[in-house]
Amino acid sequence: MTAGLDTLPGLLLRQVELRGGEPAVREKDLGIWQTWTWREVADEVRAIACGLAAQGFRRGMHLALVGDNRPRLYFAMAAAQALGGVPVPMYQDAPAGEFVYVLKDAEIVYAVVEDQEQVDKLIEAAPEVGTLKHIYFDDPRGLRNYEGIVSLDELQRIGREFDAKHPRFVEEEIAKGRSDDVAIILYTSGTTGKPKGVCQTHGAFLSAARGACEFDGLNPRDRILAYLPMAWVGDHLFSYVNWLVAGFTINCPESADTVMTDLREIGPTYYFAPPRIFENVLTQVMIRMEDACAFKKWMFDSCMAVARRCGAQIMDGSPVPFADRIRYWLGNVFVYGPLRNVLGLSCIRVAYTAGAAIGPDLFRFYRSIGVNLKQFYGSTETCAIICLQHDREVKLDTVGRPAPGVELRVAESSEVLVRGPMLLKEYYKRPDATAESIDSEGYFHTGDAGYFDEQGHLKLIDRAKDVGRLASGSLFAPNYVENKLKFFPHIKEAVAFGHGREMVCVFVNIDMGSVGNWAERRGLAYSGYTDLAQKDEVRELVRECIEKVNGELAAEPAVAGSQVHRFLVLHKELDPDDDELTRTRKVRRGFVAEKYRSLIDALYDGREVEHIETLVRFEDGRTGIVAADIRIEKARTFSGRDPAAIPRGRR
Amino acid sequence: MSPHERPAGEVILELENISLAFGGVKALSDISFDVREHEVRAIIGPNGAGKSSMLNVINGVYHPQQGTITFRGQARRGMNTHAAAAHGIARTFQNIALFKGMTVLDNIMTGRNLKMKASFVEQAIWLGRARREELEHRAKVEEVIDFLEIQHIRKTPVGRLPYGLQKRVELARALAAEPTLLLLDEPMAGMNVEEKQDMCRFVLDVNEQYGTTIVLIEHDMGVVMDISDRVVVLDYGKKIGDGPPDEVRANQAVIDAYLGVAH
Repeated sequence: MTAGLDTLPGLLLRQVELRGGEPAVREKDLGIWQTWTWREVADEVRAIACGLAAQGFRRGMHLALVGDNRPRLYFAMAAAQALGGVPVPMYQDAPAGEFVYVLKDAEIVYAVVEDQEQVDKLIEAAPEVGTLKHIYFDDPRGLRNYEGIVSLDELQRIGREFDAKHPRFVEEEIAKGRSDDVAIILYTSGTTGKPKGVCQTHGAFLSAARGACEFDGLNPRDRILAYLPMAWVGDHLFSYVNWLVAGFTINCPESADTVMTDLREIGPTYYFAPPRIFENVLTQVMIRMEDACAFKKWMFDSCMAVARRCGAQIMDGSPVPFADRIRYWLGNVFVYGPLRNVLGLSCIRVAYTAGAAIGPDLFRFYRSIGVNLKQFYGSTETCAIICLQHDREVKLDTVGRPAPGVELRVAESSEVLVRGPMLLKEYYKRPDATAESIDSEGYFHTGDAGYFDEQGHLKLIDRAKDVGRLASGSLFAPNYVENKLKFFPHIKEAVAFGHGREMVCVFVNIDMGSVGNWAERRGLAYSGYTDLAQKDEVRELVRECIEKVNGELAAEPAVAGSQVHRFLVLHKELDPDDDELTRTRKVRRGFVAEKYRSLIDALYDGREVEHIETLVRFEDGRTGIVAADIRIEKARTFSGRDPAAIPRGRR
Repeated sequence: MSPHERPAGEVILELENISLAFGGVKALSDISFDVREHEVRAIIGPNGAGKSSMLNVINGVYHPQQGTITFRGQARRGMNTHAAAAHGIARTFQNIALFKGMTVLDNIMTGRNLKMKASFVEQAIWLGRARREELEHRAKVEEVIDFLEIQHIRKTPVGRLPYGLQKRVELARALAAEPTLLLLDEPMAGMNVEEKQDMCRFVLDVNEQYGTTIVLIEHDMGVVMDISDRVVVLDYGKKIGDGPPDEVRANQAVIDAYLGVAH
């Protein structure tokens, strides 16, 4: 029987027919890459599906999934969908308290989790949730004496028994699936307010995935590493739906700490990472080069100079002088090639980044060493993809053209509006929110402000609601300023204030790795983050970064008013455990402003020192107090004609 | 679901009237206690109480002048360390004793040493049996690496690792020997809160998963009270308390030993 190709489980059966004996999933376990063929994957999925059915899981029910990217969690996801159920993946690093809201909202009765850590959190959350009855776990370690929970092995055993009695059950259930059934509920990270469950249908994700696969020519010979949180729309599209559509192999790393090694062993052909990861990798390379011997350093520096000059142009197919081509070829033999190999990027055809703005130097670095890094733009509500950059049309400050099948419009308020088959069906149990974000013409309001440039590429400025005005009336785009600051390796996070005020001021978090290394090189002793952050030398370092940004801002008339006048370096790192960041590490602006109100007041009333005590939550759930006297500093600002005001790109 | 609901087994190790002296210094005098199968038995006491000496007596580093040690039904005055290891006693040390220049993997492989049957020649030329054995041992070592979550440092030389991880590698090497009795000498010393928590978890998991009997010395009272089934208290080489954690905590002699009393 040829299964329907309009649902995800139908596609799984199709892949078994097409290439049943070829590898579908690999996982590094006990030091060896273990492989599941498509046929084995389908068997595992079938056993889990039957097991769930035998335990009372029915069409329309929700299955919570919590854990790192383990093959069996993906199998459980497919199993739930095969039965017409809806998987609800959750962020595995969230504490139990944060689970409660989602578990309650989605009325979870069944949950499949990775290990003891997650089981403990669910058990802790269970009394408050009320509905949660069945917990299944993948890794049995430490769970021997727990009662009332079942291993996935046991569930599959129950499933195989059930299967023997009802041999056509799974096929029939899969055949009942319709393209407009909800396939998954993904909870938004909730920069504002409580998370919302985004209901996406099989059809929506399939249209997005088919577009993406066609766009980049994804095929069964491709390999990718599945290592991003399963609850994130990016992983769902790239490691799950694309996998079922294109039939390539997904590879699950051994643990979160071994991703870099695993990446090298697998050598993916298609790679996706948020800018943060590309940045960490580059920082590591730079730190190691600082420690290299003089000859290697010279070779690296001179080859990188060539790459900066012509690497990206060669990739884009632009005209490049013959001599530079020779130099680049030599550089490729001696530096870029080996470097790509060390980073595990030797086989990359296409690499993507999205989710946050990427720094110009960072972006150029990867492209110049021959990694085809591109950007895209999208959101949970649009199955991850709205715009994509075409090969040879890659620009730093835009996110490319609308993806296949996407209708895009910019409203008068400069908000970006989207329409197409990949739009969400609704927010779960939130008709008010659904009505608010999808207008009568069927356009989804992304909440992002942007405009099309002369080539028809979308350029994003900021979140529409964050764009404000200074008291003087000039435009204030906080993200724009913050991103410019965050492009410096020493600055990890920045929060800008200024709406309705006479000037812009910022909070800064330094990057512990980068500044720590910088301090060590200078023999600057420090005991920890709080101590390091308040060193005079460190504040001076931050001031230099801010003044460079001010110089850049001064050169752009539209945002020249957003130059930073005063700043402070926060005494603690902003942390999702303290609710200051979302799980996807975006700043909760309103919350931070409320929590550190006294510091903001100090920024604006001219005080030079402010004492603050802050409650912090440690990983084990205990709390403590961090206290510090924070010094507030001034930064130089520039007028447009000032020689220090330099246009971006010449830095 | 508490970790303390373990079946208390038969007595696996019995120490009777152990006395140990170095010249005129009496390190241990007339100490008796027993260890039951599958339990976590803690030895506590102030500095110089004789805790490490006690472990050294158990695994045969020191030979007591008096007393008998009965391990799995066999009584003896003292045995050598090699015999102790062959009988299934493994240990970690207070001051880490790893091969600093070797990788984590190789260090843990040394824990399998006693189980390697292939001859020197076979190993040197990587012949049939040596090869098969190596694969078996490597599989076991990988299991331990997975168990203790140290995959990311598998190929890292031990000398480059932070202290907390070195402690974990040492535990891994002891576990690779598949011991029946595991002696841990201050496994949490010098660790931060998070590392201690991880280590506690691992010790309990070892005990639960493999049913390994554990004797540990520890200074952190919170840890001892949380994870052990029974506690022996030593002070100046004498036993001053023995029993479940709550009982020991309430024992006046123990409180005096720790807080000091006016004489």
